[in-house]
Amino acid sequence: MSRKHYKTKKRKMIVSPEDRLITAISYFVYTLFAFVCFYPFYYIFINSLSANDLSERGKVLFWIKGLHFKNYVDVAKVPGLFDAFKISVARTAIGTTLTVATAAFLGYMFTRETLWKRKLWYRLVVATMYFNAGIIPWYITMRNLNLTNNFWGYILPNIVAPFYIVLCKTYVESVPKELQQAAEIDGAGTLRIFFQIMLPVIKPIMATVAIFSAVNQWNSFQDTLLLVTDTKLYTLQFVLYQYITQASSLKALVNSSSASSSMAALATAQTATSIRMTVTVVVVTPIILVYPYFQKFFIKGIMIGAVKG
Amino acid sequence: MGKIYNRKKARAYREFLYILPFLILVLIFSYYPLYGWVYAFFDYKPPFPLTMDRFVGFKWFKSIADSPTKINQILKVLRNTFAISGLSLFFSWVPMAFAILLNEIKSKGYRKIVQTVTTLPNFISWVLVYSIAFNVLSSTGAVNSILMSLGVIDTPILFLQSSKHVWFRMWLWLTWKNAGWAAIMYIAALTGIDEEMNEAARIDGASRIQIIWHITLPSLLPTYFVLVMLNLANFLSNGMEQFYVFQNSFNKEYIQVLDLYVYNIAMGNGGYSLSVAISILKSIVSLILLCVTNAFSKLVRGEGFI
Repeated sequence: MSRKHYKTKKRKMIVSPEDRLITAISYFVYTLFAFVCFYPFYYIFINSLSANDLSERGKVLFWIKGLHFKNYVDVAKVPGLFDAFKISVARTAIGTTLTVATAAFLGYMFTRETLWKRKLWYRLVVATMYFNAGIIPWYITMRNLNLTNNFWGYILPNIVAPFYIVLCKTYVESVPKELQQAAEIDGAGTLRIFFQIMLPVIKPIMATVAIFSAVNQWNSFQDTLLLVTDTKLYTLQFVLYQYITQASSLKALVNSSSASSSMAALATAQTATSIRMTVTVVVVTPIILVYPYFQKFFIKGIMIGAVKG
Repeated sequence: MGKIYNRKKARAYREFLYILPFLILVLIFSYYPLYGWVYAFFDYKPPFPLTMDRFVGFKWFKSIADSPTKINQILKVLRNTFAISGLSLFFSWVPMAFAILLNEIKSKGYRKIVQTVTTLPNFISWVLVYSIAFNVLSSTGAVNSILMSLGVIDTPILFLQSSKHVWFRMWLWLTWKNAGWAAIMYIAALTGIDEEMNEAARIDGASRIQIIWHITLPSLLPTYFVLVMLNLANFLSNGMEQFYVFQNSFNKEYIQVLDLYVYNIAMGNGGYSLSVAISILKSIVSLILLCVTNAFSKLVRGEGFI
């Protein structure tokens, strides 16, 4: 087959109707899918910045109408929101740090063939991925340990995360053995090899685990639901859920008592809709901000996971 | 010789000491709760401690089998669980289809944008999904506003306060949240295809559909198989968060899946013991499912997924 012949054939294929149909379907399906995924975020965002009397009547659909920022000022007045924000940030920061450090350390330790009964301990940890005692036994355990209504109830159960440990272990195994052996000959101990040799090398997988873990901590809802009745320990997710179910009663708390019914006041007076939308934006923004930057780490993470699985 | 041996042994134990604190955490938070299963054999009322005179044997298990109303309720819960898990299983090819279509899009920039946008919902919580659903689907939300301005409907549809198509709508939200992310798994598999193979097929005159059907699709099937097996192993575990946030008095009949039911009977009327009994039964069935699917996977692929 001559080169010329091949070329004309390829060109013919590109313009064939079947070809065009596939391209059209691909673009159509993905544009629709992307729109469905994107529009709700956009809709809530523009509504949180629009005149509240319009947003309440569902008049803000495609662009901002009557731009104002008062919602974001007023949202700080919503009782409990700022405390919840602090709790969510604290659990995400502390929880993620401890989880990542543990995953890296155990991932490394479980590759140490010198470790006493290494396989047994590894299996003991990994097995926990496949069973779960159920929420009530878990709740009773937490209560016996005094971890209900306790900030550490958000942290301690999540420190040892088997899936992240498997990810780290897989990564450590891919690091050339000579690196460790050389350090050992130089007389470095177990811990020194970890801190001075391993840590710098396994940073990429630690970043992946950190993101997974931070998103989990930030999104966590069920543990608050089960363990916490003290409003001071409520997380943003939990408070958001409460606001959705009771936003109408909140607007009275936020609006100043002297609100007149003039047009200008109506546009900025809080409604159930405006509070809901604004709080939603506050809760979702951290994820949207870190997400595009860290997307490649996520993808790397599932690829390592997929190879393992 | 003996000295070196001792030194090695000392190091082995020292290394064990390093990981011991973490093992203790695992024992406390993952293994110790299993002890809580004994509550299924007692008449447990929360503030009081567990004493032997409250031992009731298999009373709770028997009570499930003896009471027609309970059986009825559990059958309903199982129906919901099976319906929702069944729908996800039936449509489990959707992310694979998305991946194949994405692979047909040649513009790199466009691919990147849609990939970023469609994977985003996977990283928000169910509470946020519910908040979005609430805002978009409420009587003054975007969907109703658009439909009304187009004249399709006269009165707003109350999507969330309805008992119609609950299973399908729950599946839709699950797909909205997960499909883009699940597609990435397949896209990873697609990058493994040898470009030369596609080129060779093209030279031989294969059309694009033929290439998709004979090269792309078969290369994705192993991944698909594993995911279907995992789906089957988790058939009874839909999780409770999605259904907890979406549940209301209108859809309760259809939305209560096993995980949510276990929570509701424990929290609703303090039926701790009954709740534990049901979750034990669920765990046993799940374990069997896991073993069966793993064995089946070993049979077909030569390796399991555990």
